[in-house]
Amino acid sequence: MITVDHLTKRYGARTVVSDVSFSCPPGSVTGFLGPNGAGKSTTLRSLVGLTVPTSGTATIAGRAHRDLPNAGRQVGVLLDAGAQHAGRTGRETLTLTALVLGVGAERVDEVLGQVGLAGRPAGTRVGSYSLGMRQRLGLAAALLGDPEVLVLDEPANGLDPEGIWWMRGLLRGFADRGGTVLLSSHQLREVEAVADQLVVIAGGRVVAQGSKTELLGRRGTVVRGPDRAVLARALQTAGITVVPGDGDALVADADPLAVGQAAAAAGAVLTELRQAGGEGLEELFRSLTGSADAATQQQPAVAA
Amino acid sequence: MSAATLESGPRRLTGPVTAPSLLRLTRVELRKSCDTRAGRWLLAVIALAAVATVALALFTGHDPLSLSDHLEFAQLATSLLLPVLGILLVTSEWSQRTAMTTFTLVPRRSRVLTAKVLAASVLALLGVAATLVTSAVAVVLTPVVTDGAQDWSLGAAELGQVVLLQLVYVLSGVAFGMLLLSSPLAIVLYFVLPTVFTILVSTVGALDWVADWLDLTTASAPVFDGGLDAQGWLQLATATALWLGLPMALGWLRVHRAEIS
Repeated sequence: MITVDHLTKRYGARTVVSDVSFSCPPGSVTGFLGPNGAGKSTTLRSLVGLTVPTSGTATIAGRAHRDLPNAGRQVGVLLDAGAQHAGRTGRETLTLTALVLGVGAERVDEVLGQVGLAGRPAGTRVGSYSLGMRQRLGLAAALLGDPEVLVLDEPANGLDPEGIWWMRGLLRGFADRGGTVLLSSHQLREVEAVADQLVVIAGGRVVAQGSKTELLGRRGTVVRGPDRAVLARALQTAGITVVPGDGDALVADADPLAVGQAAAAAGAVLTELRQAGGEGLEELFRSLTGSADAATQQQPAVAA
Repeated sequence: MSAATLESGPRRLTGPVTAPSLLRLTRVELRKSCDTRAGRWLLAVIALAAVATVALALFTGHDPLSLSDHLEFAQLATSLLLPVLGILLVTSEWSQRTAMTTFTLVPRRSRVLTAKVLAASVLALLGVAATLVTSAVAVVLTPVVTDGAQDWSLGAAELGQVVLLQLVYVLSGVAFGMLLLSSPLAIVLYFVLPTVFTILVSTVGALDWVADWLDLTTASAPVFDGGLDAQGWLQLATATALWLGLPMALGWLRVHRAEIS
């Protein structure tokens, strides 16, 4: 169980994370989505005690990370696969962690096999690992203590399609056995297949959260006209948020009736008006994060 | 750990979940200092330098040297190089970015820092033990390679002071590492700052008293020169406070507050 409650992190005047709240129940995979620089990593670092939040709390099983008796046995963390000592072998890296966790050497061999690094790669220095192998090693370290909770920041980075497929299976299995998984990504496709619920963050704020089916049910309207700027202004006047869609189309956050009425009221000509769909979460993700960016910049999403 | 958690949760490992003891963390830190090629090379270089200085003194010296003399030569090398190991014990966590893993596994950072200080102390003690063995070998070989006889003289007080000095130097290195969190910066400043300080206070006549009380080189000189007297102990204490106590206190605070990323 992970609970993030009204978490805010400011660096001077810059607010990186603003009033973020969400929770991850046991037995589920939560996808933490947002574009780069949205505040995902800062939120995850606050959760595991590497950053002190300005206000708010983040707890694991009801306790702050620093109050866990042996943190690595309760929560497996992979924040940056690049943060490994280049001069140590894969096995040595895990052995050091195993010593801190108080688990035996046989557990090191077990997780090495689990992530596909057994044999020759285990004895190779991390410096010569590919990014994908480092991700596997990082995941092995996270799994080493047999924790109940996994916190992973962009774990699919550097993995090939086969590796991504493998990781999905691993995380799914972990959650199905009652574990809690929180994984971040800036690529929706990576988490869409495995996540039960999604938390979408943009500009440091949560812009959408809920189960995958809930979020998929929320769709906008694709609208097109000869003059995009006029159309965008017409919809914004009616209080409808718009973001750029494919080509010269706009995606409006309202149903087709409301969009049509708004266009008619402003005398804007339409060439296309239809319910958005089929594109699934991708469009939602882009529209949500896009509109949040526009809102923070105090500018209309579409400028001429 | 109830049976229910074992069956329903993903947890399969048995045994209670307890915090890693300080002893365990110290062992981990010691292992970190010699489980890379760079670490092993540094240890080899230190050992080689100690043996080389002793050998040089043995083969080129005119007067027969005592165990105490040999130890002084051997310490010349290790007291210079062992602090680098102390520095790297801290700074490599930042240069290799392993601090992220280290502090995620042990969120109470003071425990990690304490383990590092203990590990550095063990390294300092092992260093003195190694130089002592080297010096003993040199004494044994004295009648073989020179005309002199074996001279085993070494006072317990002197040995104690040598150990203390080695600890001060290595821990001062750890302190510089904590304060600067960068290998090149910490190593350069660890060597340059005290040297500049020594030159400054010894060339400006009015600063003589500063040299006596705050310059570690000046304050530690009596150790190999008949031992420390009461005032000598006091002066070593003040100099140690400046070169070990102060940077360690500031460094400890810095690591505590640092954002690890």
